Amino acid sequence: MSKLTKKGSQWSRRDVLKATAATGAIAGAPMFFTRHAYGADYLNNPGDAGSVKLGFNVPQSGAYADEGADELRAFKLAVKHLNGEGDGGMMTTMQPSELKGNGILGKKVEFVTGDTQTKSDAARASAKRMIEKDGVIMVSGGSSSGVAIAVQGLCQEAGIIFMAGLTHSNDTTGKDKRANGFRHFFNGYMSGAALGPVLEKAYGKERNAYHLTADYTWGWTQEESLIASTENIGWQTQTTVKTPVGAGDFSQYITPVLNSGADTLILNHYGKDMINSLTQAVQFGLRDKQVNGNDFVIVVPLYSRLMAQGAGENVKGIFGSTNWHWSLTDAGSQAFVKSFGQEYGFPPSQAAHTCYVQTLLYADACERAGTFEPCQVGAALEGHKFDGLGNGPTEYRAEDHQCFKDVLVVKGKENPTSQFDILEVVEVTPRAQVEYAPDHPMFAGGNLGECNNGA
Amino acid sequence: MNSSAFKDTLLLVVFATAILTMPIWLKPFGAAYPDLMQRFAIYGLFAIGFNILFGLTGYLSFGHAAFLGVGSYAAVWSFKLLTMNVLPAVFFGVIVAGFFAYLIGFISLRRSGIYFSILTLAFAQMCYNLAYSVLTPITNGETGLQLTLDDPRVLDAQAAAGSIPGTTLFGIPMTGITGFYFCAVVLIIGFFISMRIFNSPFGMMLKAIKSNQNRMSYTGFNTRPYLIWAFVISGMYAGLAGSLLAVTDPLAGAERMQWTASGEVVLMTILGGAGTLVGPFLGAGLIKYFENIFSSFNEQILHEAFAALPDGLENALVGLTSLFVGEGWHLTLGLLFMVIVIFLPGGIMEGVRRIGSLFTRSGSKAKSESSTAPEAR
Amino acid sequence: MDSILLQILNGLDKGGAYALIALGLTLTFGTLGVVNFAHGAIFMIGAFCAVTMNKLLTISKKVKDESITFFDAFKEQPYLEIWFGDTGAKIVEYSVPLSILLAVPVMILIGLAMERGLIRHFYKRAHADQILVTFGLAIIIQEIVRHYFGANPIPQAAPAIVAGSASIGEWFGLGPNLVYPWWRLIYLVFALVVLGSVFAFLQFTTFGMVVRAGMQDRETVGLLGINIQKRFTIVFAIAALVAGLAGVMYTPILPPDYHMGMDFLVLSFVVVVVGGMGSLGGAVAAGFLLGILQSFASMNEVKSILPGIDQIIIYLVAVVVLLVRPRGLMGRKGVMED
Repeated sequence: MSKLTKKGSQWSRRDVLKATAATGAIAGAPMFFTRHAYGADYLNNPGDAGSVKLGFNVPQSGAYADEGADELRAFKLAVKHLNGEGDGGMMTTMQPSELKGNGILGKKVEFVTGDTQTKSDAARASAKRMIEKDGVIMVSGGSSSGVAIAVQGLCQEAGIIFMAGLTHSNDTTGKDKRANGFRHFFNGYMSGAALGPVLEKAYGKERNAYHLTADYTWGWTQEESLIASTENIGWQTQTTVKTPVGAGDFSQYITPVLNSGADTLILNHYGKDMINSLTQAVQFGLRDKQVNGNDFVIVVPLYSRLMAQGAGENVKGIFGSTNWHWSLTDAGSQAFVKSFGQEYGFPPSQAAHTCYVQTLLYADACERAGTFEPCQVGAALEGHKFDGLGNGPTEYRAEDHQCFKDVLVVKGKENPTSQFDILEVVEVTPRAQVEYAPDHPMFAGGNLGECNNGA
Repeated sequence: MNSSAFKDTLLLVVFATAILTMPIWLKPFGAAYPDLMQRFAIYGLFAIGFNILFGLTGYLSFGHAAFLGVGSYAAVWSFKLLTMNVLPAVFFGVIVAGFFAYLIGFISLRRSGIYFSILTLAFAQMCYNLAYSVLTPITNGETGLQLTLDDPRVLDAQAAAGSIPGTTLFGIPMTGITGFYFCAVVLIIGFFISMRIFNSPFGMMLKAIKSNQNRMSYTGFNTRPYLIWAFVISGMYAGLAGSLLAVTDPLAGAERMQWTASGEVVLMTILGGAGTLVGPFLGAGLIKYFENIFSSFNEQILHEAFAALPDGLENALVGLTSLFVGEGWHLTLGLLFMVIVIFLPGGIMEGVRRIGSLFTRSGSKAKSESSTAPEAR
Repeated sequence: MDSILLQILNGLDKGGAYALIALGLTLTFGTLGVVNFAHGAIFMIGAFCAVTMNKLLTISKKVKDESITFFDAFKEQPYLEIWFGDTGAKIVEYSVPLSILLAVPVMILIGLAMERGLIRHFYKRAHADQILVTFGLAIIIQEIVRHYFGANPIPQAAPAIVAGSASIGEWFGLGPNLVYPWWRLIYLVFALVVLGSVFAFLQFTTFGMVVRAGMQDRETVGLLGINIQKRFTIVFAIAALVAGLAGVMYTPILPPDYHMGMDFLVLSFVVVVVGGMGSLGGAVAAGFLLGILQSFASMNEVKSILPGIDQIIIYLVAVVVLLVRPRGLMGRKGVMED
């Protein structure tokens, strides 16, 4: 208003514009909510508040609802442990660890939840609510790669950290990697690389593989990875067939396998599709067949124990890979399974494990960075080496924000003792064997871009 | 005539005011954050457009989500290839969706009734299935079409390296609250056009088709061009809504075209009141509110809400209400559908009318109106 | 050759499933004129009758599993096996066929309750209202099932004696490679028997005659002093029963989950409309037609020429049929055309 006195009542057009803009800005300020709030050097800065909010975005409806529920249990447990309640779980075994059990950076951890519905749109809407309305500083979760990639993209644009939950596609840390996104879970390439030698040992070098592949990005990347690793051990790839997602009845895709001359069926399906196609393949007597003097075998590269729980007989003896399994005997896994089991009465799934670990890793990175500022937290995660979280020595590779660690090859157990005892760990494939260069062709074409803190 | 024109102007002013002041009056409902308000506006627009076809002509399309999806894809491609300015994106979204609507409408409108519905459903499902799988080079399949760092964007100056630029309207960012106001203005324009269509001779013709198409064709009148126009216009509304989705959040996913999405707009329109001007918008708002707010209530929040009560009662109430919120939000939605349609045939607008008639006390007239409404097919 | 025969079998099997679901739908939708979006949910309830039966039969004595120390895990042994030994185990094994005993009364009750309590009040309402109310009902049913059974599919095993495959090839001297699962053959036969009985019931009984007359012209039949309303109630119950039984028998083929009804809903509407409104025979024919075409479209030889054809074949056929034949395969004039 100094201009008013300077120029008397002579308002220039420019002044009027400026004043209007200023009034608009003041009037509009409350509507901007947390975004670009004054004095904030990054989005959703908790400032002097006594608590900090995390957003857990999991499928609560649709085919992955049970998996989402398990992820949410793990998140709640992690929050409990971070706030110093309960027995501390993996916080006691994590190395190195700056976690003190007094929240993160002394602030009590709170959380909000949302339903992704396993749809990119709904997942982004839910994540946006968390960011815009609830003011979360980090989003985690997901049970499918499409959703994870979509939410990762959103977090990059908005300027907060995304700690991916269960997402197995190569693209999450390949073609679609983002500076603000971090993945602890393993991927299709690692599944292939880990399975190859085990399959060679179990089934020999001369096999003829038939692939049934879910017709979308995750299915394709996994098929590509598996073909590469099985051809590497001398197998032939007989045919690859794409199946529609959610086909329900796969009989029309399974009968051609019977007379194709193939002796191995690789099911690049996950979740409901996996249960359906596996059940039906067994029903068609594939596992009782003899082809080229070999027993016909089925391989399920990515196992979900939660889904396989009801499949009973059908999964016995079938090889697959998994990120983690509750029967592991290292101190970290035992501590986690113990506190999860005591809290909920059953063991955690691999989805639960990765979500729990991601939450702890995020909290630890904040402690080490001394701030919640996304870019500094991200920098603290990049290249971070840690141990004691159930997978042995692990590294968050700086080039693509993918964790590198041992991968488990599992097999459906022949004589399960309880309803949770479905898989047995056949081999722990060492990290060196599943590692790849950041510019590996299956991961090429992406660019992390620059970290965004939303300010 | 004059009084009806006055009524229309009044309705428009009230509607526009209500939309533009959403950031204020939605606050107590916990819905006053940009993303949800954008969704209210966008899906409201979608439903208003759908209503031009369904509400006026009675032709129930079960494939309108295809146009929404096509509009989104066109808009994102415009962002990728041309410029981050939203005007070309909206333009292409509407045009491409209109083109698709013409093709699909031209074929589907050869049939009526349930046969028409299934034809539109079939086309939309084909679009969805192909977009999800074989058309991945164009649609990026399951992941959804996103912007990347190496998009050409030929009309834009080179952006700062390492970050993907946001959508703008000549420099005004189209995310957050400004994005909402942009959507709100488009919604108000869309509402205005829909109002004009309802009152135009064209709209009268469509209503006549609804009440008796046979009689219309006996008089030697060719109804098909009118129907195709109505179909294309509502398809363009859907494309507009789709492109706005991309404007506020530059991503286009295939599941936008799935039959459940088509079904959603049908539900929105019926829930609000098919054939009414404001109803579809209300229906859209209600469904989106449930989807985004009710689903976010978890036990922690419920415990806070009932904290004032004694412990035993608190736990009981939390246990009971948690069935209906959080992961149980679908249950509440289902109950809502049933309650509204059982007690308020004609949707939310019927409820508004009944409340209105309580106050005006012009008893008999309002009564007869409301009792005949449900009979109309 | 074998592969063609196998695909025909697959198609017949699928077709049987589609026809069974569509038959119930066409009774309520094509003839009573009610757009019933809860039909898929009824199918799902049928499937969960099998799950419930299995759960009831395997109510177990829980013995603590000492090998797991960090939480209380239990080894379960069904009481039936403890009490009756092998006989008990056999009973558990036959839980899917046994659940038909449960499904018949349950489905009839559900059908009666739905018609009496809800659908009856919507015969004269707009189709839009019918859609909204039945969709709401379907959501509620789904959520209730999810609350008790979770979201994951729950595989159900067929009895061991029919768990393997039948050597059809050897029966007909076509070589050893032509095998087909017993249960799928049983499902096909079951579908044909149910379809046949419903037809016979409507065709050859007085009740069926009145119902068919009522479908054509409700008012005149009412004027004759016949209580058509009561008969419609029974038709609705039959529709629910058929869908429910289809669901029970389908469980060994497709592990049931709470969402399976929605997955089949759209498909069954397409089948009914392609068959033609108001025609039972049309619905059945369309079911088998779409089933067989879908099987063939999924063959590699076809897919290599037309990528993605298996994803859209059903809808493509629907479009072509409806354009060539305005009222579907066997539709009657004036049913649901306005």
